[in-house]
Amino acid sequence: MHFTSFLEEGRLTVALNGEIDHHCAKAYIQAIAAKIEAYTPDVCILDFQDVSFVDSSGIAVVINALRSMTQIEGKLLLTGISPQPMRVFRASGIDKLVDIKEAVS
Amino acid sequence: MKFSNYMILEFPSKSTNEAFARSAVACFAAQLDPTLEELGDIRTAVSEAVTNCIVHAYPEELGTIILRCRILKDNTLDIVVKDKGVGIADIEQARRPSYTTGGSERSGMGFTIMESFMSSLEISSCPGKGTTVHMRRKLSRRQ
Repeated sequence: MHFTSFLEEGRLTVALNGEIDHHCAKAYIQAIAAKIEAYTPDVCILDFQDVSFVDSSGIAVVINALRSMTQIEGKLLLTGISPQPMRVFRASGIDKLVDIKEAVS
Repeated sequence: MKFSNYMILEFPSKSTNEAFARSAVACFAAQLDPTLEELGDIRTAVSEAVTNCIVHAYPEELGTIILRCRILKDNTLDIVVKDKGVGIADIEQARRPSYTTGGSERSGMGFTIMESFMSSLEISSCPGKGTTVHMRRKLSRRQ
């Protein structure tokens, strides 16, 4: 797992990377929760631009981030989602719970 | 059912093998000239099936996972993922969306995704003896 994050005017952007499966999901869940707890942002943006694959473990990553943001009455936004992750998010219905912006192809 | 090609893999239930398994199946499926979307669906379904073995079939110890792929005559990829783990007592319950015994790190969407991404999905299981997931995906023929 490797990711970068930055905070700008209350907006926390977390840029995820590579393939998100069960093998790395737990580390992502904990790392994102720690960032949200540390910065209590108004908006958390999970940037999927450099994510080439997700399975249902990626859904758990998003749901846990959503839970953390809901607790502090903030918003969660997903950006840069390419077609394969988008199909997984649609199949799970998570696209109805979170604001999603697809990658520009 | 007649088949024109096959491969069988055996590996331990280590989570690093999730990526290996889905990549190996994608490489094998490449000879069918799948679209990117078909390949993505197959990789996702294999990832879910193998993750289930790792998380649920062998929760406390490493066990063996067997993955078999065959190419059937009608441009169909046939995949079997088999373990000798704890088994599933109630398959209908396990297939239900959002049902999980894995805690907050799991979404409970594994079977739902396998079902929606593949043409067919069959699960057979015997508690204490193991589980077999059998799925098929018919691929479009491109000109």
